[in-house]
Order: sequence, then C-alpha cells, then structure tokens
Amino acid sequence: MKKLLSLFLLVLSVNVFASGGVELQDADVDLTDKVSLQRGAKHFVTYCLGCHSAKQIRYLRIANDLGLDEKHVLTDIAPEGAGIYDQLHSAMNKHDAEKWFGTQPPDLSLIARSRGADWLYSYLKGFYVDKTRPFGVNNAIFEDVGMPNPLWQLQGEQKPVFTNDGERRVLEKLASVGNGTQSSEEFDRTVNDLVNFLVYVGEPVQLERQQMGKYVLFYLLIFLVIAYLLKKEYWKDVH
Amino acid sequence: MNLKPTRLRMCGNWVLDRFPLAQVWNEHMAHYYAPKNFNFWYFFGSLALLVLVNQFVTGILLTMNYKPDAKLAFDSVEYIMRDVNWGWLVRYMHSTGASAFFIVIYMHMFRGLLYGSFKQPRELIWIFGMLLFVALMAEAFMGYLLPWGQMSYWGAQVIISLFSAIPVIGDDLSLWIRGDYVISDATLNRFFAFHVIAVPLVLVLLVFMHIVALHEVGSNNPDGVDIKKSKDPWGHPVEGIPFHPYYTVKDLVGVAVFLLFFATVIFYMPEMGGYFLEHANFIPADPMKTPEHIAPVWYFTPFYSILRAIPDKFAGVIGMGGSIVVLFLLPWLDRGKVKSIRYRGGIYKKALMLFVISFIALGYLGTQPVTPLATMMARVFTACYFGFFLLMPIYTRWEKLKPVPNHLTIQPTLEERIPELKALFEEVTEIKTEGEVSKRGFNPTGAKNVLIRTAKNLKESLD
Repeated sequence: MKKLLSLFLLVLSVNVFASGGVELQDADVDLTDKVSLQRGAKHFVTYCLGCHSAKQIRYLRIANDLGLDEKHVLTDIAPEGAGIYDQLHSAMNKHDAEKWFGTQPPDLSLIARSRGADWLYSYLKGFYVDKTRPFGVNNAIFEDVGMPNPLWQLQGEQKPVFTNDGERRVLEKLASVGNGTQSSEEFDRTVNDLVNFLVYVGEPVQLERQQMGKYVLFYLLIFLVIAYLLKKEYWKDVH
Repeated sequence: MNLKPTRLRMCGNWVLDRFPLAQVWNEHMAHYYAPKNFNFWYFFGSLALLVLVNQFVTGILLTMNYKPDAKLAFDSVEYIMRDVNWGWLVRYMHSTGASAFFIVIYMHMFRGLLYGSFKQPRELIWIFGMLLFVALMAEAFMGYLLPWGQMSYWGAQVIISLFSAIPVIGDDLSLWIRGDYVISDATLNRFFAFHVIAVPLVLVLLVFMHIVALHEVGSNNPDGVDIKKSKDPWGHPVEGIPFHPYYTVKDLVGVAVFLLFFATVIFYMPEMGGYFLEHANFIPADPMKTPEHIAPVWYFTPFYSILRAIPDKFAGVIGMGGSIVVLFLLPWLDRGKVKSIRYRGGIYKKALMLFVISFIALGYLGTQPVTPLATMMARVFTACYFGFFLLMPIYTRWEKLKPVPNHLTIQPTLEERIPELKALFEEVTEIKTEGEVSKRGFNPTGAKNVLIRTAKNLKESLD
C-alpha cells in the first residue's frame, strides 16, 4: 500500500513539473453581454479582418445573434462592399499574405476554441518592443510571433523588463510607455470585448445550447422518476 | 375472449404465420430468464446498445452534410455546427457518444473481471466481446480522422507509421494502408468508407453474435452461481426472472441516469476540458506543421502509454498489440475455481486493484508529454498491466477461496440502505449551535472513525 501511495505522489509531481511558463491573465467572457459583443465585432472588423478572416460565420448570423439590425451591421460593422450573407472574409489575398508575412494569417473562426479565451486576452496584451524582430515587436505569450501588434495605437508601446535566471533571460513584466490613445482600463475593455466576440464566433450556438440544457435535464429528471416508479411497480413481486 | 378477428389482427397473423417474430421475442426477451440479483454493473450492456444506436442515428445524419474531402472536410464539420439546423446537437451527440461508448464498454469489461463473466461456459461471449472492442477501437480511430483537424491528422500519422516498424513489409504495409506517403485525401476517403460502412457492419454482426452466445448459456450474476441448477416444474430457473418486463423496466432507469450525464456533457461541456474534443483539433490539418504535443483521445491513452514506455519502436508496437491480445486469453489465464470476486481470495482482489490503478495511471500518462520520470512510471505500470494477466496462471492457484452459496444472495437495495446512509451522515456531521442559529457542520472525529472503519473493512476483504 505504501508503495502505491508513493507512486501516486510521483504521478502528481510529474504533473507539477509539466506546467510552467508565463502566467495567463483572466479574460472576463460573458456572452449575454450583447453590447460588449457588438463592440467586439466592430473591433474585430477594424483591427483583425484586414489580415485574418473568420470565414465560418456570416454577417447575418452576427446581426441575428447580437440583436442588431441587418442594415446597421452592413453600415456600421461590416467593411464596405460586404453583403449580409457574406462570411467574414479578409480583403488580403493569399499571394500578398505570403509575400508580406511568409505565410497566410490563420482564420480566426475557431481560435478561441483552440487557444482559449485567457490565452487570447493575454496574447493581445502581451506585445512588447523588440528591435530584433521583423515587425519591431515580440510577444510575451507567443515568442517570436510573426505578426505586428494590431492594437499598438490604442495600447501604446510596452517595454520588456528582464531578469537574469542563471543562463537565460527571463521576461519578468511589461512596462507601458504610456503613448497609447486609450487608458489602461479602456484598453483592457477593448481587448476583453474582442476576446468575448472571438469566443462567440468560436461557437455561436453556445448560449442557446446552455439554455436548452436546463429543459432537457428537467425532462430527463421527470423521466427518471417515472422510470423508477415503473421499475418498483414491476419488481414488487420479486423477492 | 372470443373476438371476431379484426383486419389488423389478420394482417398480423399473416406475418406471424410466415415469420417467427413471436418466437424470437420470447427467446430473447419475454422467456429469457436472467438472474434476479443483477446490480449496478449490469446496466452497461444495455447502455452500450443504446450508445451504439445513438452513434448510428447521429452518424447517418452527419454523413448527410459531411464532405470526405481533404479540402472540404474541416469546413463541412463547421458548416454542420453552424448552418445545419440542429447540426451542433447531432455532432455533439456523436462526439460525446464516442467517448461515452468507451466509458460504458470499459465498465462492461470491468464487470466481467469482477464477476468472472469470461469463465467457462462464457469464453466465447468474452471472445466476441473482445472482437467488438477491437472493432470499436478501429471505428473510433478512423472516425477521429474525419474532422480533419490537427490532432486527427497527426494522430493518424503517428498510429499508421507504427505499421512501418514491422520488419521487411512495414514500409509497404503502411503505404498500402494510407494510399499515399503521408496521410492525405486518399486516406481520408478510405477511412470514411470504413467508418460509415465496413466497420459498423462488423459491429452489428458481432453484437448479434455476442447476444446469441449469451442467451445460449445464460447470464452470469454477481454471485457467479449457476441459476439453471434449480428449476421450477415448468423448467424455468427458480431464481431467474424474465428479461422482459423485469430488466427492460430496470434498464430504463439506467438509461435515464445515463442520459442525465450524457445530456450534461452535451449541453454544458461538450469538449470535456479538451478530453472529448481536443483543443488542437479546432485547427485545420496542416501537413507542414507538426504539433508540439500529439496525444490521442483519452480512450486510447493507456495503450499509447504502453507503446511509449517500451524503448524500441517495434517492441513497442508488439507491446501495444500484446496488451490487447492478452485480454483475449483471459478465460484461459485465470485458473481460479470461483467466478465472482465476492468469493475469490484476497490475492485476486489485490491484483485487480493494482490492474485498475495501472490502467488509469497509464491512461493519464498517455495524455501527458514525455519526461524521464513519466517514462519510468509508465514502464512500472506497463509491467503491472502485463503482470496482472501473465502471472494469473500462478497467483490464481494460490487463492484462498471463500465458500460459494448454493443460491443467489440478495443485497440490500439503495432504498433499503437509506437508514444506513442516514446514520453515516449523522456520524460525519454534528449540529453546532451558535447563539440562536444551529447549523449542521462537519464532524472531524466522526469522519475519522468512518474512514478507519472503511479501511479496516477493506483490509479484511483483501486478506
């Protein structure tokens, strides 16, 4: 028994060793906050859609799910020339993308499902000045990322603070230079809206799914009671 | 009752005169006598059938919109998730159903280990069941490629490349399986064909044979007592009850409980924290970009762990294959004279406990990245896994058996246990009065006593 216990402890310790890296910040995802999602949609089209598509969703779906007028979506959110039945395609073509970035920027429809909301939130806030990189910035969460900081005008620049940990330099924190057009709180909200929207785009049906779940479980509970009573009735004479 | 035959009845009789429907129904349901003391573990057979039906129905609906084409597959799955009416529900029922299938099947197999359901005269049922398990793994493996995500692609790449470890014919064999030098459109198409037609046909056939074989010799039970020994004047086992209606209504309760869990996953946690739907599988397959960490879906991880634990690739493949093959041999490895764990010796109980721990630990390690420590532990657990089976002919002979009763023992039902559970609750809690309000709080001394008692009981049953 003691051997088993020590083996278990070993398993646990393996788990501890496996984790590590930069701490992620918590995103505040709330899909019932339609206003946040609307702002997020607008930010997405303004700052992301230039390079990244979100081809699995259509403007019409966004209008329906976020409680927006179709016309409003086309004039206020969608880029010029987009139709309501269009998917969120990027204007940048594949050929140019490969010339400029070396690769086609990934489609962001499912990015929240593959990376998670907290990762996206920390990533978008994690750009810092690094002159050795082609776009002049690096990222605390995604080292040597191949894209510029799309929100730099809002956030302003961030300078890295390193500490030396024996052989390697370790990024300790990012210090804001303070030349952004948004304050730190405003910028956090912008990023959070964007992440909220991306979580929605990852699975537009999730709110409906959770709401429906209550009724299904309630029905199944009643079914369970009836099935149990039926069983008891039939089994009365089994001893 | 001397009714004038109605037209409906006449139609029915016309069929019954030409097809033995009533006979089949009686043989397998209404006149199939099952022991009356089935417990919790006996729900999983009928649940496996339910999940199989679920997979068939949702699978057929999915094929109506899915495109088995490397360029279209990933987007067609998202099309189902977003633009097809109720497509998301159908897809989640199918993906959750796959994991549920393995949970149910693992429980079903564990039941066999607990009560010796694989022993004489039920060896063939066990063999059919094991063939079902292998077919199910093939079905799940090929189905997992279809969404064409990164894990679909690289998981398939890793597993198929295992065939290339076979000496002489290996490379040609894996090329033949893939239909290409890497996983590609050709592979996707043939996997689709196998997943939706070939393997399901095999599954249905094997389920049929599994049940026919079971109904020929009759069901085992938690006591491992043969109920056919004592029969009433009509030739029915005294301690048996007709499967229908007794077990159909009882299994209905099991179905309701199962569906509650199933629906909770579907509606509230369809990804199950990345275990049922892996995060990396939401990235389309990219043959140029290998993911850092390739992990198969959770139900394959114990076997994957065994593969990784063995240093040589070919030996690893043999080890992984051997871990399945050894299960087939179980009826002949176990030399214990008694079926049910209730009357078996402590040594089998200990071995089984160690096996369960090893299996779960291997499963966990298979989801984690390789580290030297993890590899070492995987080796220890692999040794335990094989030790359970291969040492069985030796240790089951040493067993000190308990006397087996002549008749079924009836355990208290959940309802009869309520006073007992109430007493337990009273013991681990106490009423604390603070001022005017009195609250029921946790009682550490009571809990400690309960723990000690449980440990003592456990030790006693293991000796």
